Amino acid sequence: MSAHLILRVVAKLLIPLILIFGFYVHFHAKYAPGGAFQAGVILASALILYALIFGMDAARKAVPPWAARVVLALGAFIFAAVGFVSLFFGENFLDYNVLLPTDYRAQYLGIILVEIGVLMTVTAVIIAIFYAFAGRSPEITDEDW
Amino acid sequence: MMGDLTQYFDYVLMAMLLAVGVAVIRLRNLFAIVMLTGVYSLLSAAWFTSLDALDVGFTEAAVGAGISTVLLLAAMLLTSRECDKVSVSRHWAALAVCVAAGAVLLYALPDMPVYGSPDTPVNAGVGMEYMDRTADDLKKIPNVVTAVLGSYRGFDTMGEVFVVFAAGVGVALLMGLSGRRREEDE
Repeated sequence: MSAHLILRVVAKLLIPLILIFGFYVHFHAKYAPGGAFQAGVILASALILYALIFGMDAARKAVPPWAARVVLALGAFIFAAVGFVSLFFGENFLDYNVLLPTDYRAQYLGIILVEIGVLMTVTAVIIAIFYAFAGRSPEITDEDW
Repeated sequence: MMGDLTQYFDYVLMAMLLAVGVAVIRLRNLFAIVMLTGVYSLLSAAWFTSLDALDVGFTEAAVGAGISTVLLLAAMLLTSRECDKVSVSRHWAALAVCVAAGAVLLYALPDMPVYGSPDTPVNAGVGMEYMDRTADDLKKIPNVVTAVLGSYRGFDTMGEVFVVFAAGVGVALLMGLSGRRREEDE
């Protein structure tokens, strides 16, 4: 992992851009194609690129496996919790209109909360699966290919 | 008989998909096969985009061409780089299944509505209702896809999230989350 100077420099330039693009895809989904599922994959791919260039140990320092585990469960929990809040106020499951007095504002809030849950779960699951597979193989030398 | 010219674009993409599929079957080098499945996903994404399914194409490009390729490469490292030759005699059952499934699909083809026809169930039923109601229910959300996914069909989206969640938990249970073997843990 000592060589590949060009790859390292390009990756350092690209990773922040990938992260910003991921958040753009997430928060701009109101107007443009995209959404939390695609954004989660893009965010996770930034970490995967980091792991490919700088090695698994550096990636584990940036995002520890336990963090992926926690976020993975927390995202799904947030989504379901929004549904149960609606139930608690006596409406249908995931009926966002109870969240705020104005109906369409409540819909905005509900969608934003739910999409954050989706983003967290998708990002964390892909990172966790990548860790599970990639962490098992020893470091590969260039000659192996 | 020219019709819509963009359909020829679709035919070219489908022919390329077919060519990549045949190449994947014939190759024995797993690294080349993984790369070609990435190409297959990218071609699919281009095809979905040309069919105006932008969201699907976006997902296919990100998940299929990006993440799946990386995960398949990582999985390939745990096994060998070449796959064994399979004798031709073992392919007959697979060929029979493919021919039968293809025949059934071709038989069903005439019942399909014309592409883009306004009176298909997709365009006439509940989909149109969502298109009409979004402007009223969710003011200033121009992207109806987001409105449908996030609000009208929120329960379905929650199911999808739990499928992704279950996939993550399943891999974690089988392989361990950190990926380190136990004896190497300190």
